[in-house]
Amino acid sequence: MRFFVRRAVFYLFTAWAAITINFLLPRMMKGDPVSAYLAKNQGKISPEAADSIRILFGLDEDRSWPEQYIDYWQLLFSGDLGRSFSKGLAPVADVISVALPWTVGLVGIATVLSFFIGTSLGAFIGWRRGSKADVLVPISTFFSTVPYFWMGLITIAFFSSTLGWFPASHAYDKSGRPGFTLDFITQVIQHGTLPALTIVLASLGGWILGMRNMMVTVLDEDYVTVAEAKGLRPRRVLIAYAARNAVLPQLSSFALSLGFIVGGTLVMELVFSYPGVGKLLLDATNAKDYPLMQGLFLVITLAVLVANILADIAYAILDPRTRQMES
Amino acid sequence: MTNLPTPTPTVVLIAPDQQPLLSRLTSSFAMFRNGKSITGLVILGAFTLVAIFGDVLAPYGPLDKDYAALRQPPTWQHWLGTTHMGEDVLSQIIYGTRGVLIVGFLSGVIATVIAVAVGVTAGYMGGWKSESLSAVTNVFLVLPGLPLMIIVASQYESPSLLLVAAVLAITGWAWGARVLRAQTMSLRNRDFVQAARANGESLFRIITVEMLPNLVAIIASSFVGTVIAAVLGLTTLAFIGVIPITNLNWGTILFWAQQNGAFPDYWWWYVPAGLCIALLGMALSLINFGIDEYVNPHLRSAGERARALRKKNLKPNSTATVVRTDASPTS
Repeated sequence: MRFFVRRAVFYLFTAWAAITINFLLPRMMKGDPVSAYLAKNQGKISPEAADSIRILFGLDEDRSWPEQYIDYWQLLFSGDLGRSFSKGLAPVADVISVALPWTVGLVGIATVLSFFIGTSLGAFIGWRRGSKADVLVPISTFFSTVPYFWMGLITIAFFSSTLGWFPASHAYDKSGRPGFTLDFITQVIQHGTLPALTIVLASLGGWILGMRNMMVTVLDEDYVTVAEAKGLRPRRVLIAYAARNAVLPQLSSFALSLGFIVGGTLVMELVFSYPGVGKLLLDATNAKDYPLMQGLFLVITLAVLVANILADIAYAILDPRTRQMES
Repeated sequence: MTNLPTPTPTVVLIAPDQQPLLSRLTSSFAMFRNGKSITGLVILGAFTLVAIFGDVLAPYGPLDKDYAALRQPPTWQHWLGTTHMGEDVLSQIIYGTRGVLIVGFLSGVIATVIAVAVGVTAGYMGGWKSESLSAVTNVFLVLPGLPLMIIVASQYESPSLLLVAAVLAITGWAWGARVLRAQTMSLRNRDFVQAARANGESLFRIITVEMLPNLVAIIASSFVGTVIAAVLGLTTLAFIGVIPITNLNWGTILFWAQQNGAFPDYWWWYVPAGLCIALLGMALSLINFGIDEYVNPHLRSAGERARALRKKNLKPNSTATVVRTDASPTS
């Protein structure tokens, strides 16, 4: 039980830290673009909406910081993230909830795919250490040092503009109507293939290298030699003895690098004009839409936290030691 | 995340005060003395020279406009072609190297200082101090770095190089601190540190003289790792357009290419800058591979041993069984 309590405390602490950073950032900001905006659009914006924006950005001069902090939490618990300046003063929460499923679908599937392919390849290369398969390591490292967005642009130039295999942008055809029809699903898959492929290619290298290095270290352990000496089939030694143990550090580094990966993939959405939170964040940055930016940072951080919890659960399932500590 | 079975790298322990200064100096560079690290260092050195002597090497000024040659493919006058304004792409890349390297290294230095301070302290202390520092480290690991950078950088009209480097460092120090904490915790209970403590050496001396020499390889690798992340972060921020275009770097070139419809036809405009980022990243990764092999001898010898076994017609993965059947007289 202790493991789970510790993890729960950690996640609560991180969520609290993210929300507090979100509270502090606009208050440390120089200048005050938000109140200038409010003054300019005085008639158009409803008093309640203006109030919630004032709380979010700390524009209430007569309230102390602790009071502002409590107001801020109350606002968050009622699901109010302010109004978006650039989207016709639509509630930020609504704007984000339209974009979030696209990102979760694309980035989630591509990241998990990349992890599985990379880990399997890494296990294989580590197993066949010293053979020609080692060549894959520098190649995949090269792909992982290339910036995501540049690789996206190159794949568009090659697969879309030159070969015409896949559409270059957006999540579905302009004429397409969202719904659970076969036609729409095919469109989504067609449009999603290229961005997903780029994310997989760009993040594969890290997983291959990490798994290969762990495999090489684990294969030198005595229990692997014993398993071989017992005459077990090589396949069984590879999967049930070596890879089974090498994957544990791999999984914990997966959980920790999620924040980094998600950051990189957000730029991908800009390149592919994919209607997810990443493109929304960059649009909001260019439009100086501060409420939307704040809300997006919060939602992205919380999404990464949820993904972390999932990775932790997978770790607990794979590593019996975490469960044994319950006693 | 403190109770994970992170593999403890086998570090070659250096006993201080026993060797002459010169051999101690050369031994602290031992981690770079292998093919991979040297290749990486040579490429990095070439980029550094380009950054220093950019003014001499570049055939044109980065913003010199040649209206007679707009969007030209590579020619003898313009080796890498020209932009939509007739600017020489090669010159832009040469001048851009400086911005990339300065921000990368500055951010690497800041991040490494934070990582060493937090990581070593957290590893040496015990109890709640260590736990709380480790919690802060993990928070910074989990927070998505790029969105945070975008939001902070967009609060300023024209962020200075130092500010950009500092923001990149703040989002990038946590990984190094985590690795350093694990290594310090394992060093803390070694005999020579215990002996130093029993001798009554001061905390400062124990950390700087007894422990730091054994952490050099890990510090170096976390420094290189942060520089890679900073270079990628900087070029990404510049590509998005949150860093002012006055700070010329490879990302700015890609930003202009994207803004002015260079994709996909004008390949000479966007391919070289991306390749430079990849080449620099590759060089830094190679340095880190070398350090990894120095820290973890398993990695260094694994390939060689397997190849040696293959030469003797043995399969490296089933040595035990194969040797036995070969040796049995009935077969």
